[in-house]
Amino acid sequence: MSHAPFIIGSYAVALLGFGGLLVASLLARRRVRRELGERGLERRR
Amino acid sequence: MATLHFLANPARFRRFSQRVLPGLSAVTALALAAGLYLALVESPPDYQQGETVRIMFVHVPSAWLAMAGYGLLAALGASLLVWRHPLAALMARGTAPVGAVFAAVCLLTGSLWGRPMWGTYWVWDARLTSMLLLFFLYLGHIALSRAYDDPERGDRAAAILALVGAINLPVIKFSVDWWNTLHQPASVMKLGGPSIHPAILTPLMVMAAALLLLFVVLVLLRTETEIDRRRLEAAELAA
Repeated sequence: MSHAPFIIGSYAVALLGFGGLLVASLLARRRVRRELGERGLERRR
Repeated sequence: MATLHFLANPARFRRFSQRVLPGLSAVTALALAAGLYLALVESPPDYQQGETVRIMFVHVPSAWLAMAGYGLLAALGASLLVWRHPLAALMARGTAPVGAVFAAVCLLTGSLWGRPMWGTYWVWDARLTSMLLLFFLYLGHIALSRAYDDPERGDRAAAILALVGAINLPVIKFSVDWWNTLHQPASVMKLGGPSIHPAILTPLMVMAAALLLLFVVLVLLRTETEIDRRRLEAAELAA
């Protein structure tokens, strides 16, 4: 049995999990800041 | 202690986070690059596991950080319930999804390691089951904190769950000693020091440091967002 697919799969899971969370967190911050900006509570960056 | 009190103010924490995040993110990216190079290129295959040992460089730090994250969640829960720290609830909301993802990565990579090594993706072994329970505790915390119209009630309910669920942390740690498990016993964090060869231990520790930095970056980022979201909600209520 080749172990390569399991190793590649593991790193893909880590990339998707951590990368996905990072992207989702950045998008959420940008969305909230934009809404704050629209209400004049935050300077636009 | 004075620093903790200083940062307990959400506005001050937000300014602190905005100041440290760019530099910390750059250090995290460098540490991850170094860790991945050591894990995938420099480290030799294990004499028993062969190349599959490379899965351990992601799996083991994810498990440590999922557990440490829940410890942080319990400490934040205590801070909220006992001292009513204004930042504790917001940081707990920021921490729970991060811990859940680390627990999920731990479970999935462990499963992918188990198939070639044990011949199965999953067994209802004490270590695996208690780790799955940790993942569900994270999901419960996320759901409970958002289950009420009044966010403060949700935060308090989730804080109680975090404190009660902390009982699971020693169960995970000592499950391999208390019961006969398929999962191997501790080989790094144990009395007498690690029993792993330095050629494997070094990439493991570098990856652990890199993923710890990533965990901190994600928690800061999400806590900052939760602070802003609470400001937005307050503005909407005032309008």
